[in-house]
Amino acid sequence: MVAKRIIPCLDVKDGRTVKGVNFKSLRDAGDPVELGKQYSEQGADELVFLDISATQEKRKTIAELARKVAKEINIPFTIGGGIGAVDDISVALENGADKVGINSAAVRNPDLLDKAAKAFGSQCIVLAVDAKNIDGEWIVHTAGGTMPTQKELYSWVREAENRGVGEILFTSMDHDGTKKGFAIEALLEMNQQVRIPLIASGGAGAKIHFKELFDANAADAALAASIFHFGEIPVPELKEYLKTNNVIVR
Amino acid sequence: MKKITVIDYNAGNIRSVLFALERLGVEPELTNDPDKISNAEKLIFPGVGEAGTTMDYLRKTHISDAISEFENPFLGICLGLQLMCRHSEEGDVGCLGIFDIDVKRFPEENGLKVPHMGWNTVICSEHPLLKGLEDLPYFYFVHSYYAEISDSTIGTTDYGLPFTSVLSNDNFMATQFHPEKSGEQGEIILNNFINL
Repeated sequence: MVAKRIIPCLDVKDGRTVKGVNFKSLRDAGDPVELGKQYSEQGADELVFLDISATQEKRKTIAELARKVAKEINIPFTIGGGIGAVDDISVALENGADKVGINSAAVRNPDLLDKAAKAFGSQCIVLAVDAKNIDGEWIVHTAGGTMPTQKELYSWVREAENRGVGEILFTSMDHDGTKKGFAIEALLEMNQQVRIPLIASGGAGAKIHFKELFDANAADAALAASIFHFGEIPVPELKEYLKTNNVIVR
Repeated sequence: MKKITVIDYNAGNIRSVLFALERLGVEPELTNDPDKISNAEKLIFPGVGEAGTTMDYLRKTHISDAISEFENPFLGICLGLQLMCRHSEEGDVGCLGIFDIDVKRFPEENGLKVPHMGWNTVICSEHPLLKGLEDLPYFYFVHSYYAEISDSTIGTTDYGLPFTSVLSNDNFMATQFHPEKSGEQGEIILNNFINL
């Protein structure tokens, strides 16, 4: 049976890895390619690189990052961060990325999802969604979680699936940085609403949080950043723990 | 230097296959010229795409003939495997017929997500392509269609139903998974192919 995936996420700014706690105060955690290679050797199942550089030459930055990673790393990886047009996606894939994550641009221009899925196949189009629970309703936020939108989470992911997206990467802004566990209830509800794979993000602080997520069958994959980057939970240790607790992992 | 030729037909994963070969010390040649393909020492037929449109392209360019008549080691990957079969439900298209197998879509009724995406295990038969792998190795899959089990099946995987994950018949071999994206186990398979 297909294994649950563990995905370290590397935020990249000006060629260096950083991770925001609650999307603010960035800390430096090294060279993205070296770090990615290390994760791959440790048994990470996939990698996500989010390019958060503010640059006029976004396409060039994405191309360089994808190519550097693809040359060195032999597991699948996703490039996200500022993907705004079909040409950005094309550049990322041509340079060796397996998937692209689309976030704010999809909210602004949902047709981009249809175009992207049609041009490159659903399997390489990931919808990244940041959402926050406001008075009992999950509200989608864009621009790195700083801008609330009119969109409600569940209807948005249903729409995205209908437009051809192949996977959802959901970050709960309420859980991100808290280290108190994933947003299992919201993920379970999303699993009722869509049939495509879900990647859970935000809230991982201990090994048991991954076990709870997978035992509940709330997600197909779990994504985390700082707990991996700062060695709080090494990937091999997490995988061994999940295996002994009967979660199917590679 | 071992010579490997990679068939160029706009498949999505070509760059990844080229990089993987370079990491293993091979300088791959990328071409869509049927003559170069016919004269290759070894061929890799990568694939991410749609069966119907890809078959049209292969026939129009006569790459299909060059593949069918090829006598040296040949490795198909993902869509490459499916196109080496007899017929695919994707685009309801007749394929190359190297393997007398039908390619079908995974049923959605059993509650499993389609595409089959992620790491899954392969039960391997003894074969030079599969030597040196760990017991029940994991490989990376992304596909919505599968090849049925046949006499040429040398690797099987289960996703709601058992399907063919590795095929071999004479000089023709193929994997449904992506060895170029399957970490160390995938590198072993590519190395085995390079050293055949």
